[in-house]
Amino acid sequence: MLLKGNVHKYGDHVDTDVIIPARYLTSSEPTFLAAHCMEDIDEGFVNKVKKGDIIVAGRNFGCGSSREHAPIAIVAAGVSCVIAESFARIFFRNAINIGLPVLECPAAAKAIKNGDELGVDLATGTVTNLSTKETWQASAFPGFMQELIDMGGLVNYTKKQLSSK
Amino acid sequence: MLDNKAAKPMTMSQKILARHAGLPQVEAGELIQCKVDMALGNDVTTPPAIKEFRRLGTTKVFDQKKIAIVPDHFTPNKDIATATQVKMIREFVREFGIVNFFEVGEMGVEHALLPEKGLVKPGDLVIGADSHTCTYGALGAFSTGIGSTDLAAAWATGIAWFKVPEAIKVILKGKLNPHVRGKDVMLHLIGIIGVDGALYQSIEFFGEGLDCLTLEDRLSMANMAIEAGGKNAIFPAGAEACAYAKERAGSCGIVEVADPDAVYVREIVIDLADVPLTVAFPHLPENTHDIEDAFAQKISIDQVVIGSCTNGRIEDMRVAAELLKGHKIHPRVRAIIIPATQEVWLKCVNEGLMNIFVEAGAAVSTPTCGPCLGGHMGILAEGERAVATTNRNFVGRMGHPKSEVYLASPAVAAASAISGIICGPQHLQK
Ligand code: SF4
Repeated sequence: MLLKGNVHKYGDHVDTDVIIPARYLTSSEPTFLAAHCMEDIDEGFVNKVKKGDIIVAGRNFGCGSSREHAPIAIVAAGVSCVIAESFARIFFRNAINIGLPVLECPAAAKAIKNGDELGVDLATGTVTNLSTKETWQASAFPGFMQELIDMGGLVNYTKKQLSSK
Repeated sequence: MLDNKAAKPMTMSQKILARHAGLPQVEAGELIQCKVDMALGNDVTTPPAIKEFRRLGTTKVFDQKKIAIVPDHFTPNKDIATATQVKMIREFVREFGIVNFFEVGEMGVEHALLPEKGLVKPGDLVIGADSHTCTYGALGAFSTGIGSTDLAAAWATGIAWFKVPEAIKVILKGKLNPHVRGKDVMLHLIGIIGVDGALYQSIEFFGEGLDCLTLEDRLSMANMAIEAGGKNAIFPAGAEACAYAKERAGSCGIVEVADPDAVYVREIVIDLADVPLTVAFPHLPENTHDIEDAFAQKISIDQVVIGSCTNGRIEDMRVAAELLKGHKIHPRVRAIIIPATQEVWLKCVNEGLMNIFVEAGAAVSTPTCGPCLGGHMGILAEGERAVATTNRNFVGRMGHPKSEVYLASPAVAAASAISGIICGPQHLQK
């Protein structure tokens, strides 16, 4: 799948409390969560994000709580993919389980700037900066994870497991 | 010819994972499917898990006794939205016959509650849709946080997928100084390795220094493995953990010991005598300062919170009471004390700690996560500052995005509540 969008760039250790603050965890409705996505570090995010846009960040993106509300809010806000130097493990897991593409690519994450336009080829993991014409290669997913992604997430995978019993 | 080649050596965590995957051995990096002994959810993560579970279309859960659901974040429910979420959970619990559901009146903060209720023992594999599920490593279990979709899948199948982690070996030597506890050791360690210092890895504790750490110290340390990015933390189950599990869970489970030649990616030696009372400044748990440095800055505070899954247990309450006894909370400070479970609460009553808290001018709440995550029961306004025995001090964690949280042990929190500035027990006037 080919993705194209503008970059919203953040630093290291973007935690789940700023992706979606706990005061909004009184609901798990995607549209409600999306309305408050990133509000504690980037108040204007919700108004400027456009469908297909891409979040690029530094180390340890999504650290903190296990709330799946965080990747859900990001997807519902219209973001098509997150590229970071590294991800916190529960966020990474949750993103794969719900079908949000997450790419680990330190070189790209360092070089890409806020507002750049990116093209991402999910099948090959190639990231292209359409503004500067640079390209990078993100690390590939191990086989089982790729299988999860191809099936559209853990629910579909588990459905198959249950029906083959 | 007989194959005499010894099996590949494994860490404690790897041994527990291998056993639950039904494999003789596993290697770091391998993706495996494991049977789980307990799958936990709370009032925030269970509603999305129920939604996903229903999408699976199954009519039963894998084991009605191996699921625990603890509404603790906004409990007793703070508003209509949270009440509606827990109502949905109650209906699910009844429909699927889930045994370990803990209602107001018997609940507690989940990671304080599960060991107490005998739902975890050494050698178990526990997953929870809460990042501090890593707490149970104190009992020699492999336990780790996962998300709501993972939880739903495990409820249906009893299985979860894992990438076998590499591990960091932390060797503890020597003895702790007076007032210094497990919380300080863990903050100190996070200060050394950073908030992503153990990313995707296990933290395994060893050494003769373990002897001076109580089970409660270990619970508060394993609790904060996630603040170093760790997948889990684990202590070898010692006599205290074993006796505790026997009393609460009816058996000591399986005590796993790391192979002597197990491979660790990094080794860190900490002399406990060198660990000071430690405070993590905003807005990351790795921003650690020793208490003398913090005291020298004369940081005035508005609120103190003593509680949470890190430090809401009876030993924590005793430490706080010992310092507060005969003192008054500083007039500018609001002190909120939250025993983490009903059992801890009752012990506070029976041991006379409640009198001390109330006479000192502290408010005591029934068990809840409450202010720890900025939920309710003590939210900070713009520009306010708190010392908390909790585990996270991210932007906006306890309320307004422009408020600040300083993480510390119960001793530092209680002393600071009395003096109105961040300090240790040694700085209080006699
Ligand atoms: S006390 Fe705080 S850290 Fe612990 S489970 Fe509750 S919200 Fe999470």
